[in-house]
Amino acid sequence: MIEIIGLEKSFNGQKVLSGINLRIEHGEIMAIIGRSGGGKSVLLKNIIGILKPDKGSIIIDGVDITKLRGREMDKTRQKLGVLFQGGALFDSMTAYENVAFPLKEKMKVSKKTLQEKVSKALEDVGLKGMEDKYPSEMSGGMRKRVALARTLITEPQIVLFDEPTTGLDPILLQSTHKLIRCTHETYGFTGIVISHEIPEIFDISDKVAFLYKGVIEEIGTPDEIRKSSNPMVRQFLTGSSEGPVELLCEKETRR
Amino acid sequence: MLRILGGRALSLFKKMGHMLMFLLNSIYYICVPPFKFRLLLKQIRFFGNKSMIVILLTGSFTGMVMALQIYHTLSKFGSEALLGPAVALSLIRELGPVLSALMVTGRAGSALTAEIGIMRISEQIDALVSMALNPMRYLIVPNIVAAIIVFPLLAAIFDVIGIYGGYVIAVKLLGLSEGTYFSQIDTFVEWKDVRIGLYKSISFGVIVSWISCYKGYFTEETGFGAEGVSRATTDAVVMSSVLILIWDYFLGSVLL
Repeated sequence: MIEIIGLEKSFNGQKVLSGINLRIEHGEIMAIIGRSGGGKSVLLKNIIGILKPDKGSIIIDGVDITKLRGREMDKTRQKLGVLFQGGALFDSMTAYENVAFPLKEKMKVSKKTLQEKVSKALEDVGLKGMEDKYPSEMSGGMRKRVALARTLITEPQIVLFDEPTTGLDPILLQSTHKLIRCTHETYGFTGIVISHEIPEIFDISDKVAFLYKGVIEEIGTPDEIRKSSNPMVRQFLTGSSEGPVELLCEKETRR
Repeated sequence: MLRILGGRALSLFKKMGHMLMFLLNSIYYICVPPFKFRLLLKQIRFFGNKSMIVILLTGSFTGMVMALQIYHTLSKFGSEALLGPAVALSLIRELGPVLSALMVTGRAGSALTAEIGIMRISEQIDALVSMALNPMRYLIVPNIVAAIIVFPLLAAIFDVIGIYGGYVIAVKLLGLSEGTYFSQIDTFVEWKDVRIGLYKSISFGVIVSWISCYKGYFTEETGFGAEGVSRATTDAVVMSSVLILIWDYFLGSVLL
């Protein structure tokens, strides 16, 4: 279980997270939706421990990770799998080497098992035969799928997805969501998915949280969010430019 | 005015402390297993093999130009016979370690900063952290250890090539006898001189790898995106080069 209590984070005096409260039950997939630049990725980086919050706690399986350092924090990270927004593939390694890397470094597996697992993982994301390609030779969507394979190959207990389907075509988007769903059903991980894919994201999530100006404005099941009477949530779901959600560059659109 | 100066001084001390902590942290991981030998070999190749051509070229021409210049000075005193030791001592004690370090800074140090900087801005370092793998072990330690091994070797090659460069000019062009050139080197060059050169190259290896890795690892301190990496690379080359010369003076005055 992940519990976030009163999480605050500022950069150069600008508050990005202003008191996040969130509870994700074991085995649940929580989707976090919200404006671009609204602090969703910052929230994820706090959960991974790459950023330290100014205030508040993040409790994973009963341990407040904001107080952990070094090896203790690494123990918690062993449970995590992270899919970064840009994929974060190692650009000096091929697709095969990228997917094999966490297995090779973290678990002692035989060469044969490694080969089987990596080939299966690449096949699952529709990249069979692409083992020898370098990230610079792949499209954005392919890179994202290799990164997804790398994230899931260690079968982590908690998986954080930062926009897993951005840049994918509608068919790949559906198949990636299906893959996340299937892996979830097989391994039962707890997931946090940051996404802008509305309404598709509702199909794979158990709960949805709407983040706006560093605060969780609304939280509920996908159905509850769909039927929400909160004008900000309604505006976000319909994608309307009219409503209480501030436009990022009003001055620029007026020009 | 005083407040601004004080603020800047404090910020400078803070940065120096941060850099020193980075070095101490690296030394800690150098001493504590697990060690990444394959990455170490890769970085030895990166620093050593790929810098070889530059070292061979600069080494030979440095030796040649020194022989030419020193010969004319020595001939005024009728001491041409001392040309060999003059070239060899300058190379072994001073120019070999310093010039080879400056060459490697320009070639490998800048590439190292750019590589680590790009890994930082494309979240590859964050990916390592999220996998519970320590980036210091994977990115920093192999580079520092590789530089400690490779810099003295490159300086030694620089010295030998430089001495032979001087030989070509002294013997083939200026007519000095071969025996005089080498026997005088044998008489005047002591193991102590070689040791001084060795200590210098090892410390330059630490300086170049430390500054280059630090600048790449914290590339966001100098700016964002590609511009940040470009500035970090320039900063790394300038800072390493300046520190090499300053440290050379201090070490030279202590070891003399």
